[in-house]
Amino acid sequence: MSEFINVLAYFFVIGGAVAIVIGLIGVYRMPDFFTRLHAASIVDTLGTIFIIFGLLLYSGINLVSAKLILIMLFVLITTPAAAHALAKSALHGNLRPMLDGEK
Amino acid sequence: MFELATGLILFAMLLALVLAIIGKTVYDKILAVNIFGTVTVLFIALYGFLTQRPDFLDIALVYALINFVATIAILKFFEYGDMGRSSHINEEADI
Amino acid sequence: MFDRNKLIHISGMLITLAALWLLLSGYFKPLLLFFGLVSIALVLVISLRMELIEYDKPDVLRQTLRSIPYGFWLLVEIFKANIDVCKRILNPSLPISPRLVRITSTQRGDLARTAYANSITLTPGTISIDVEGKEIEVHALAELGEETLATGEMDRRITAVEDKGYV
Repeated sequence: MSEFINVLAYFFVIGGAVAIVIGLIGVYRMPDFFTRLHAASIVDTLGTIFIIFGLLLYSGINLVSAKLILIMLFVLITTPAAAHALAKSALHGNLRPMLDGEK
Repeated sequence: MFELATGLILFAMLLALVLAIIGKTVYDKILAVNIFGTVTVLFIALYGFLTQRPDFLDIALVYALINFVATIAILKFFEYGDMGRSSHINEEADI
Repeated sequence: MFDRNKLIHISGMLITLAALWLLLSGYFKPLLLFFGLVSIALVLVISLRMELIEYDKPDVLRQTLRSIPYGFWLLVEIFKANIDVCKRILNPSLPISPRLVRITSTQRGDLARTAYANSITLTPGTISIDVEGKEIEVHALAELGEETLATGEMDRRITAVEDKGYV
């Protein structure tokens, strides 16, 4: 049983790493700044959740898993605030978002 | 057991660093540094498990907080020109 | 001198800080426990002097409890939105159609509206750019994000967490 859980944890961690690489590929492919923010939020959500969940499965229930949950909560609470601050200050810095009609 | 995932994350960190160098506007560069910080938090956590020393999680926790504060501070600097002023223009909150 | 509401808030903060200290340190030696107690008292004194604790929020505990099922619902939504954005990135023709949408929120307090804007930003494909009064300006990557916001389910759930009701 513990072997099975370890294999599951391994796949979650690999999935999170792949999600991070996909998000960075998206950052490179997107045409303007605001669409790049969407690709970056994949790194912050799917990558973080998958990797931390995989490590949670691997560690079991102890003090380490409580710290892992705290890390996930911090990242999930602070990254939207940072993304919103980036978008707002880019808008104030005269960076117009590219809309659908003007492609 | 986590070697492959750690390698992928190191590759992602390299991509983020290149983006921070070639980014056209300052916001692209800040976004790249923000991504780099998030990925670094995950890398530190994974590295602790890779070397069987979960004490590294404390460092990851502190790094997550510092990353957020750094992003907000740099954005405030570029929006208002200096760090000391309050975000409200009308309030003269200078020292 | 202390009324009951104030006492509940201060003791709640004390318990939270003590639990956080024990979680992060993991030490149970008497000397280190004493140091932890001193640091908790220091933080409490500083936050009392800065008047950081808001006493006029009577059911903050119930709001916290009600927000846990909302968190799990939000995780499912994040997962669905992530799959959609990943598909768009990996598609060679990059089928995106970015747009700006204005939506109206129905929350009463600032905290709940902040939670709503943060949930919108946390979901990939939608980012809240500006908040003016009750209106939130959202940048959406494609139709799907706009349609999900137009149903207003996230708005309804956060309003239910804020007031009494079903989540």
